[in-house]
Amino acid sequence: MRKGIIFKGKLLPLILMLPQLAITGIFFFWPAGQAIWSSLLREDAFGLNRDFVGLENFAEVLADPTWREAAQNTAVFALSVAVLALSAALLLAVQADKAIRGSGLYKTLLIWPYAVAPAIAAVLWLFLFHPQIGLIGRALNAAQIAWDYRLNGGQAMLLVIIASAWKQVSYNFIFFLAGLQSIPRAVLEAASIDGARPVRRFWTIIFPLLSPTSFFLLTVNLVYAFFDTFGVIHALTQGGPAKATETLIYKVYVDGVENLNLGASAAQSVILMIIVIAMTAVQFRFIERKVHY
Amino acid sequence: MATLELSRIHKTFGGTPVLHGVDLDISEGEMVVIVGASGCGKSTLLRITAGLESPTSGIVRIGGRDVTALEPADRDIALVFQNYALYPHMTAFENMAYGLKIRGVPRAEIRRRVEEAARLLDIDALLARRPRQLSGGQRQRVAMGRAIVREPKLFLFDEPLSNLDAKLRVQMRAEIRRLQRRLGVTSLFVTHDQVEAMTLGDRLVVMNQGRAAQIATPMEIFTTPADTYVASFIGSPTMNLLRATLEDGGAGATLAAGGSIRFAQPVPGPAGRPVIIGIRPEHVTPEGDLPVAIELVEPLGSETVMHGTLPGGEAMTVRVQGTAPVTSGIMPVSLKQHLHVFDAETNLRLHGLASA
Repeated sequence: MRKGIIFKGKLLPLILMLPQLAITGIFFFWPAGQAIWSSLLREDAFGLNRDFVGLENFAEVLADPTWREAAQNTAVFALSVAVLALSAALLLAVQADKAIRGSGLYKTLLIWPYAVAPAIAAVLWLFLFHPQIGLIGRALNAAQIAWDYRLNGGQAMLLVIIASAWKQVSYNFIFFLAGLQSIPRAVLEAASIDGARPVRRFWTIIFPLLSPTSFFLLTVNLVYAFFDTFGVIHALTQGGPAKATETLIYKVYVDGVENLNLGASAAQSVILMIIVIAMTAVQFRFIERKVHY
Repeated sequence: MATLELSRIHKTFGGTPVLHGVDLDISEGEMVVIVGASGCGKSTLLRITAGLESPTSGIVRIGGRDVTALEPADRDIALVFQNYALYPHMTAFENMAYGLKIRGVPRAEIRRRVEEAARLLDIDALLARRPRQLSGGQRQRVAMGRAIVREPKLFLFDEPLSNLDAKLRVQMRAEIRRLQRRLGVTSLFVTHDQVEAMTLGDRLVVMNQGRAAQIATPMEIFTTPADTYVASFIGSPTMNLLRATLEDGGAGATLAAGGSIRFAQPVPGPAGRPVIIGIRPEHVTPEGDLPVAIELVEPLGSETVMHGTLPGGEAMTVRVQGTAPVTSGIMPVSLKQHLHVFDAETNLRLHGLASA
């Protein structure tokens, strides 16, 4: 027996699915197809001339030392953002799960940063860490710690990492809290009767039982760090100083929009697409193997 | 092995009192069953003993040591949960070894103890499986194994059989009893099932609304229930409880349904004192002058249970050997032997067994 309503013919189901198919087609497949096509062409900045060059753009991009640097920056940036956002969210979720009084308010406040647009979040952090107008930036300089993320590449990277991670904490928090609340109380009680103290209980029972949630969030966070942090970087550092915070997605923008090197930019975005597809595929395989219940 | 002593345990949840001062002494190696309807506070009492809840007032002593303020981990107890509460990400072996590992028992010793317990429970072939690959009965055994490898001072059971099907429940019940006798560990078992209570316990605690209504051996509870609650809770079909007034001198009583009955020993009190007469269905004599209007006959093969009403409208159940003497209409009965007399106001038993 099949559940649900079965339509006769093919026209009606097609019409009902059309809006969703149109959105997916126009906003996903069309631009992706365009990017793949552009990545195989060499075009002048005014669009007067285009030649088919095969995989030459890819070969150039992969051989380009600035692209390799951006790739390295991205690896450092994405891993730091994911680790920071995940661990902060887990800590907060564990505390929120314990809280009894005022837990509703606590949870609501923790979810708010998710509603803030990346550029706005970046401006908030700018107001905190700007060496001349930022509260913390000025305090650091007053305390004889030389702080200027506009000159120091390491400090710039640190700032974009913190700002990006802060925005993702809320999202992770919701999932971790839901995961924690789905662990049966009796299992934790059994562990405490077995003699496990809270810290031990966390690492041997709670953490392993949260692993499906953690794996899922890890992928989501990496994808977030790869793509959605463009606004944060653009508003805070513009990829500088001296390309210290230029990630792959930011380089796509710089090469394509600012330098109008469309072929190279398209090739880079195709490479990014392949990386993310690969990550998601690994994630799904891994989850299927690792979840035990 | 140790004694367990609960004294004056009170518990209030947000202003609602659930335990009103329960006292209980369990001697070494004894198995005591707490039985009562849901909401009577029996699970709360068990959780207080385990240290998962703290009492509002009162003292818990295990082996003579006051453990009221201690964490569950420091009480050296094991608890078997209703839903087993196995660690889903660990194999059966790891589930059983977890408590030992935490206590720093050497690896070889852990292996020896887990394997021994597994043999005892007949699950040695299942040690590599995870809980989701086990059936309900097998999970129950792993949960039991987790409790016994620790060799705790005290076993606590929180309705461990209620998630099993009827056949398995009978089998596991016998197995738990055998195991407890063999290991000789002091045990506290909570259930709402009176058959489980009667068959498992050395002594029973019948709880009613946060109080221990009676603490005694199963047979004492069956033959001399302390009040009408215990009388109607233990025994199946339920004991008949009939309103009556005492006759002059206390040698007998007049039933509200009409007719009078005689007691073997006189019951104290003035003539006209309202009492409740209890008689189990199997003790009703199926001949006499008290008419029962039969409404339902349940033939069970070796015996027959007949449900009916007395002239005043009170329900009356009669159990007879073999087949029913009548299947409908009026059956005359008399109440002669194994009468229980309770006070109508306090519902408490008035004296020992009053049989004629």
